[in-house]
Amino acid sequence: MNKKVTQNIGFGTLFLCIAITLFFLGSIIYFIVARGFKVLSWEFLTSVPKEAMTAGGVGPAIVGTVFLVIGAIVFALPLGVASAIYLTEYSPKSFIVNIIRMSINNLAGVPSVVFGLFGFGIFVKFFGFGVSALSGSLTLGILVLPQIISATQEALIAVPQSYREASLAVGATHWQTIKNIVLPSASPGILTGVILSIGRVAGETAPILFTAATFYTRGFPKSFFSEVMALPYHIYALMTEGTHPEQQTQIAYGCALILLILVLSISAAAIIIRQRQRGAAEA
Amino acid sequence: MISAKARRLKERMYKWGFTILAFASLVFLAGITITLFLEGLPVFKEVPFLKFIAGKYWYPTYEPPEFGILPLILGSLWVTVGAVIICVPLGVGSALFINELAGKRLKAFLKPIVELLAGIPSIVYGFFGMVIVAPLLQDLLNLPVGLTAFTGALILGIMATPTVCSIAEDALSFVPRSFREASFAVGANRWQTLTRVVLPASASGISTAIILGMSRAIGETMTVLMVCGGAAVIPHTFFQPVRPMTATIAAEMGETVMGSTHYHSLFAIGLILFIITFFFNVIAELVSRRFRIKLGLGR
Repeated sequence: MNKKVTQNIGFGTLFLCIAITLFFLGSIIYFIVARGFKVLSWEFLTSVPKEAMTAGGVGPAIVGTVFLVIGAIVFALPLGVASAIYLTEYSPKSFIVNIIRMSINNLAGVPSVVFGLFGFGIFVKFFGFGVSALSGSLTLGILVLPQIISATQEALIAVPQSYREASLAVGATHWQTIKNIVLPSASPGILTGVILSIGRVAGETAPILFTAATFYTRGFPKSFFSEVMALPYHIYALMTEGTHPEQQTQIAYGCALILLILVLSISAAAIIIRQRQRGAAEA
Repeated sequence: MISAKARRLKERMYKWGFTILAFASLVFLAGITITLFLEGLPVFKEVPFLKFIAGKYWYPTYEPPEFGILPLILGSLWVTVGAVIICVPLGVGSALFINELAGKRLKAFLKPIVELLAGIPSIVYGFFGMVIVAPLLQDLLNLPVGLTAFTGALILGIMATPTVCSIAEDALSFVPRSFREASFAVGANRWQTLTRVVLPASASGISTAIILGMSRAIGETMTVLMVCGGAAVIPHTFFQPVRPMTATIAAEMGETVMGSTHYHSLFAIGLILFIITFFFNVIAELVSRRFRIKLGLGR
């Protein structure tokens, strides 16, 4: 066959691939937005569920998700940044460091439902936190830890070596250099990583199935020791439990739209921050 | 003014502090492994290992109960294989388009879009599959039920596509420009360069993308829980409901009596899943390390 014809067929196939991908993903977003939009209102966002889940809003589920996100980030951020600082700024090239690197990579690949089992075995049962926002936050925190570590590592590696050398040359200690020079220059990159992990935590369902989430609470969550409703779990529960599938599906559309807006706008913010930064670095 | 000695002590304290905190990931991974073994292994006191793995019947709540997870393993396998058949060509094809064909502006637009789509929560895919795709497929293909292994594979495949695309695109962008230039210089056109130079050069990078995509598909829970139909029987066709391993854990954990054989069997399934994904990740790691060395990237 003609060289040119083969090339055209090949390029056409590649174009088809991306077109199909974008079509599928676009239709998901279209359906959720078109149907969820009708349900959305101020009342839906702020009020509690009424009449056996067939009316009212999803306020407690939104607040529950906020609880879980805050808890998970408060737990994972210091650990993740500290681990990354050790790995990029302190670590000698040793056997131990390799083991730590490997465990981070493997932790990143553990299926989310296995995190749920672990959280149930350790936090709910062993530590006796029960099914609570606390147990869920800790489980989700461990889930996003690898993501926070690798984002922070990337940000730290991007800080030019000359910055460190200049600081050390004027007599600053290793820790002073990290605290006053390296961390401030890396902070936008770290921030991006944290924002992306917020999106991940907000959308995860499997890890909170048996550690934190419940279908219905009487009102808004009171403390980290109480069971919480959560947006992603609420979608699942509305679709699989209860006795009024018609009305419940409508509410589930609303929840899915809120979740989608939440996660997409969070990730978009992170991606924009990162691109600005890259632009600044290249200029 | 603090003495030099005090300052050195402080420095050392910080170093030790970071060292200890860096062990957190190792501790958590060990904790996961230990929990799964401690809670999972007791099942083999009641059910022999081979009967557990190869048993054809999963009736955990019957009297007497049956704990054979072969239907669950096959459920996971069918759905994963189906998803891979969908996400690999779509993901790699899209990556090639973005990297090789898209102009600079289109690329700057598509790359973040794909990354953004990779972040859509799995519950949203599951919900979409349940309310839109399943009824549609049931109508179109004239099936008794819409929630089948095929529906699961389709949704999972679409879901994994952005991930595969993103990682494959990274691998493609690592191929040095000089490789392409050399190929053009000897008279190859863009397609020939793509298939005979760029693809082979990035093959192990793309393999990493595929392995990680598979790993994501096999460990995915909410989507398969919602769209696969949940019947724990050995599937004979793609258009039959199945119950993958992850879905079984998620669906049944809430109903078990703590400490019962059923409870331990769910942890044992978790352990098997953990081991499978562990192997996938190790292989992905080894392949990607070879890729870096091959292209002289080091690290």
